[in-house]
Amino acid sequence: MTDLLNLDLSKNTEKIIAEYIWVGGSGMDLRSKARTLSGPVSDPSKLPKWNYDGSSTGQAPGEDSEVILYPQAIFKDPFRRGNNILVMCDCYTPAGEPIPTNKRYAAAKIFSNPIVAREETWFGIEQEYTLLQKDVNWPLGWPIGGFPGPQGPYYCAIGAEKAFGRDIVDAHYKACIYAGINISGINGEVMPGQWEFQVGPSVGISAGDEVWVARYILERITEISGVVLSLDPKPIPGDWNGAGAHTNFSTKTMRAPGGYEEIKKAIEKLSKKHKEHIEAYGEGNDRRLTGHHETADINTFKSGVADRGASIRVGRDTEKDGKGYFEDRRPSSNMDPYVVSSMITATSLL
Amino acid sequence: MSSIDELMNLDLESITNKSIADYIWIGSEMELRNKSRTILDGPITDPKLLPKWNYDGSSTGQAPGNDSEVILCPQAIFKDPFRKGNNILVMCDTYTPSGEPLPTNKRFNASKIFSHPDVFKEEPMYGLEQEFTLLQKDVNWPLGWPLGGFPGPQGPYYCGTGADKAFGRNIVDAHYKACLYAGIDISGTNGEVMPGQWEFQVGPTIGISASDQLWMARYILERITELEGVILTFDPKPIPGDWNGAGCHTNFSTKSMRSEGGYDVIKNAIEKLGLRHKEHIVEYGTGNERRLTGRHETADINAFSWGVANRGASVRVGRDTEKEGRGYFEDRRPASNMDPYVVTSMIAETSILWKP
Repeated sequence: MTDLLNLDLSKNTEKIIAEYIWVGGSGMDLRSKARTLSGPVSDPSKLPKWNYDGSSTGQAPGEDSEVILYPQAIFKDPFRRGNNILVMCDCYTPAGEPIPTNKRYAAAKIFSNPIVAREETWFGIEQEYTLLQKDVNWPLGWPIGGFPGPQGPYYCAIGAEKAFGRDIVDAHYKACIYAGINISGINGEVMPGQWEFQVGPSVGISAGDEVWVARYILERITEISGVVLSLDPKPIPGDWNGAGAHTNFSTKTMRAPGGYEEIKKAIEKLSKKHKEHIEAYGEGNDRRLTGHHETADINTFKSGVADRGASIRVGRDTEKDGKGYFEDRRPSSNMDPYVVSSMITATSLL
Repeated sequence: MSSIDELMNLDLESITNKSIADYIWIGSEMELRNKSRTILDGPITDPKLLPKWNYDGSSTGQAPGNDSEVILCPQAIFKDPFRKGNNILVMCDTYTPSGEPLPTNKRFNASKIFSHPDVFKEEPMYGLEQEFTLLQKDVNWPLGWPLGGFPGPQGPYYCGTGADKAFGRNIVDAHYKACLYAGIDISGTNGEVMPGQWEFQVGPTIGISASDQLWMARYILERITELEGVILTFDPKPIPGDWNGAGCHTNFSTKSMRSEGGYDVIKNAIEKLGLRHKEHIVEYGTGNERRLTGRHETADINAFSWGVANRGASVRVGRDTEKEGRGYFEDRRPASNMDPYVVTSMIAETSILWKP
């Protein structure tokens, strides 16, 4: 089998395989299917549009089921390697309208606004996630029918009794670098079986594309390992940390000397739209944002330097240098990065 | 499907300049912690050129939640035997944002001692004999021991071979090569007297680097036991009773000790160590009183003694050293869970700087 999977096609043919990826009807489920192309392609606008059966993903009625896929970003395929590619797509009706679950369309409009484009919005997204044992859906490494010792030893830990699933995390790190995603780091999280990777700094809409494809690669890897991936913001109730997707943000002005003033202004604007943002920051976030476990309470807006209990945290370096970026700690792990990145941008700049 | 191994072994060097740096530090209870970051513009070999980083000290008992940043300063670089390629392991120490070393940062003080001109010019050289015990996961009973029972008494296991005498050799052998790959001065390994217990040695290495290397060797060891689903312990007396404890004998010499007439310098240093026995013992590892009983090749914790070829003494001098009139001595007191930054710098300080 391995020999077949690793056949080097480039010796026999110019043809390549393109895996088209899209977000399904729940807004969180990733779907994909593959097609053969006659030769290598590196520009998404040169890839053919495609379509799929939307009635099988809750995105179209059975009697008019075609949903059109528009290729938006290309990445190298770490599973098939060679010249094969992964293609992040978004979804349209046959008449060319974005379907309701297509959050990329509105985000792309915000990012192409000249005021926004000029400000070169940078994002660093810290994606937390939990690994679960298959069939029982209990976290990886946890005893069946019981609990591990309390949190403390697991954050950034090593050792068979403290770190569960590192092979998945490490394979994912290299696979994302290979694919061309700006993965900037990884670490073990406070809750055992929970991990984090960071994507960024990425400019504009590409942050959303890269996070979605990184999630796709992660779920393909957990599939290989026979482990279940969860992006639930509070997988285990009680004295166990939730999972978030802290979103770090800056503009050209914020990164320039004196930028700290611009940061403070943006935080002020965000404080006035707390409710609107929170509604768009992920389902079930109320179970996670309790004010405990390094979160701020969901009903309160708080910002502070080096304060991990705040809604928005500013790093000590940024305060000291008078310029830099800030961290919105409110988004949950199951947030849509297109929505969150464009919303922070719109509130701060427009 | 692709296997995990294929993904772990993806050849990145041919498609990108990027590499991964694994930053490693010591937490509040001498446990090792790590996280990784991508290095963008080509591999870095000088720790001073690596960026400082930070972590959430409130999650490791090293800072409060409302002021949680702890700064990581890269101090030593090693090749990463797990990620291979141009990827690196980085030994770091820890500081507050205002630049003060954390109380748990023992490297800072050691570094000051090793840069003292009188110490530096003596080229203090160390050989560290790290013993450790492997335990079965979930039950925390030594590897190879029957559950609910005991193996036959000690005797057959020291340097033993065979499925009934040597437990966990694959871990030890993988560790040996991984450390050599990483650039650590690992000088040897052997199976120990207690079954499931092993030893590796780091050295001869000069100054603070001996400790950086030992901590990194401990990191690599625990990453390997993690892969194998086995638990690593540095407890100095993992099983009470007629079972050996685990130590970290520290071999030491200075330029003067290694030169003509060095044996007198050695005897002088040992005498000074004898006068500071209590101060040293307090820093030589928690729980050492369970190990230093005067039996099982140890000296009693309350008494200081030394002798040639004497494994029941606090400090042992080898027959070669006595015969040639120069060489090194072995401080047998440190426990396996000692902090090498503390022990190596303290031995240097007492031997070279301290005046009775």
